Amino acid sequence: MQAMVYRGPYKVRVEEKDIPKIEHPNDAIVRVTLAAICGSDLHLYHGMMPDTRVGMTFGHEFIGVVEEVGPSVQNLKKGDRVMVPFNVYCGSCYFCARGLYSNCHNVNPNATAVGGIYGYSHTCGGYDGGQGQFVRVPFADVGPSLIPDWMDDEDAVLLTDACPTGYFGAQLADISEGDTVVVFGAGPVGLFAAKSSWLMGAGRVVVVDHLDYRLEKARTFAQAETYNFTEYDDIVLQLKKDTEYLGADVVIDAVGAEADGNLLQHVAAAKLKLQGGSPIALNWAIDSVRKGGTVSVVGAYGPIFSAVKFGDAMNKGLTIRANQCPVKRQWPRLFEHIQNGYLKPSELVTHRIPLEHIAEGYHIFSSKLDGCIKPLILPQAA
Amino acid sequence: MPYTAEKPYKNPSPDELRARIPGWGADLDPRDRPSVPREKYDPGATGAHWDFPERQPGGESRERSLEHKFVTPVFGTSVPLKGLSGAIRRFAYKRYSEGRAAHWLLLIAGDRVDAWEAHARSLVSRQPDNPVTETGILAEAGHHPVSSRFRQNRSDVSHMWMDPLIVAGPWLAAPVVVVLGIRAALRRRRIA
Repeated sequence: MQAMVYRGPYKVRVEEKDIPKIEHPNDAIVRVTLAAICGSDLHLYHGMMPDTRVGMTFGHEFIGVVEEVGPSVQNLKKGDRVMVPFNVYCGSCYFCARGLYSNCHNVNPNATAVGGIYGYSHTCGGYDGGQGQFVRVPFADVGPSLIPDWMDDEDAVLLTDACPTGYFGAQLADISEGDTVVVFGAGPVGLFAAKSSWLMGAGRVVVVDHLDYRLEKARTFAQAETYNFTEYDDIVLQLKKDTEYLGADVVIDAVGAEADGNLLQHVAAAKLKLQGGSPIALNWAIDSVRKGGTVSVVGAYGPIFSAVKFGDAMNKGLTIRANQCPVKRQWPRLFEHIQNGYLKPSELVTHRIPLEHIAEGYHIFSSKLDGCIKPLILPQAA
Repeated sequence: MPYTAEKPYKNPSPDELRARIPGWGADLDPRDRPSVPREKYDPGATGAHWDFPERQPGGESRERSLEHKFVTPVFGTSVPLKGLSGAIRRFAYKRYSEGRAAHWLLLIAGDRVDAWEAHARSLVSRQPDNPVTETGILAEAGHHPVSSRFRQNRSDVSHMWMDPLIVAGPWLAAPVVVVLGIRAALRRRRIA
């Protein structure tokens, strides 16, 4: 089969690989019909995530058709059209039993601090991902779901991470009716978080980024007010003035490890790998939320230390809530919202790229060329 | 102003927002949101039909975090450890827990060594690395490279120039190191 393969920082290519095999009785092999590149894939692509090995296939957003199932699989059969959450999880450990699917303890021998994620380094378990023609899906009775007949493929693939993660970010923020919500980051997760904040009763939603074309999308897709932080000497001060010096009730960090806005922080993290992530957005979140407010973090950071302004967080009495999204827990409600017309995830898709051109796809997405917001990968076109 | 008891500004009313935003308030009740409460004990809800999963074969030689009691019953097999980078990574897992900076810094060092090893191996393979095609730089043509970057208020333009150095630096440095090494060896031979 053909699959994307990591060749070192900023380099990927398509290689011929063996079709994955059943390695555990509850495995399935899925023929991938549609995949996506996630903003967090860029952290791997840029060499920021520890233990990202040359030869790995990335991709934690994918849908496909079941090709083969292991002997203990009861809920899926060959030919089923399935969507697969980005979390690899067992469904039976201490954490899964309590709904914390993204914190599963039975799937990642390499680390206890993070669960299993498809195609996301060995720090996240060493599973190949879905940016290829076939993928091994462990715990087939637990993670994947049949794609409803009424659902578009492009909506389904965005429901495997970006959309539920944004929606989950708004839940972590504990939004109350009338709250002012600031979202840092106008990528897909930030846009979904902004849109979801309205569903939870926000009174005002403000999105902050430095890419004008994404801020335009925040206005049209998420009906949000926007700020381009490069137009202000001090975006935190601007947000304070904008809330009559109170600060926002809640702030969502949907940027994560490669935040821009402070050259020193960005270079130390993204270029020199001296910290686990560039905490610019997180520090702005801590500074711009009101005292006693909530900061929700769904932007991804690496496992080593970052220069976070924790003293301000403590002195302001903030609640900081964070996690990888337990995707499948969000699906039933998100299905309803899509059917009711409140959400249309595929509106964020800007590029559809055949697998054979995936190196160009990564470059376009990484360099933010051509108005790129969400690139999809077409594996079977190769 | 926050110097008095009332909230110092007013946001639009629910009626205004409901009229303007499709679905506004559909998840208004905090107790009726999918991830509330955060921990909800319901092991029967996941589809798992085991107390502890059957073990995947091959775990005996699999590296694991010291903070795990044993290799987890299921694990990825994407790229097994090999070469010098494999030795560095194995040492990081064997010696340091996730709580130690040395664990992660060694893994990052292993990543850099892995990339160099892979590039060297590729040069004697049937598919040598091609930094031009693998960086996707050819996509610049036809995807508005100038108008996408400039006069757009983009903050990242200030450090984009570093990216080619990160990618091309080792490729440019390698032949220089080789030439200097050969020159030094020849000089030593002449002196001898």
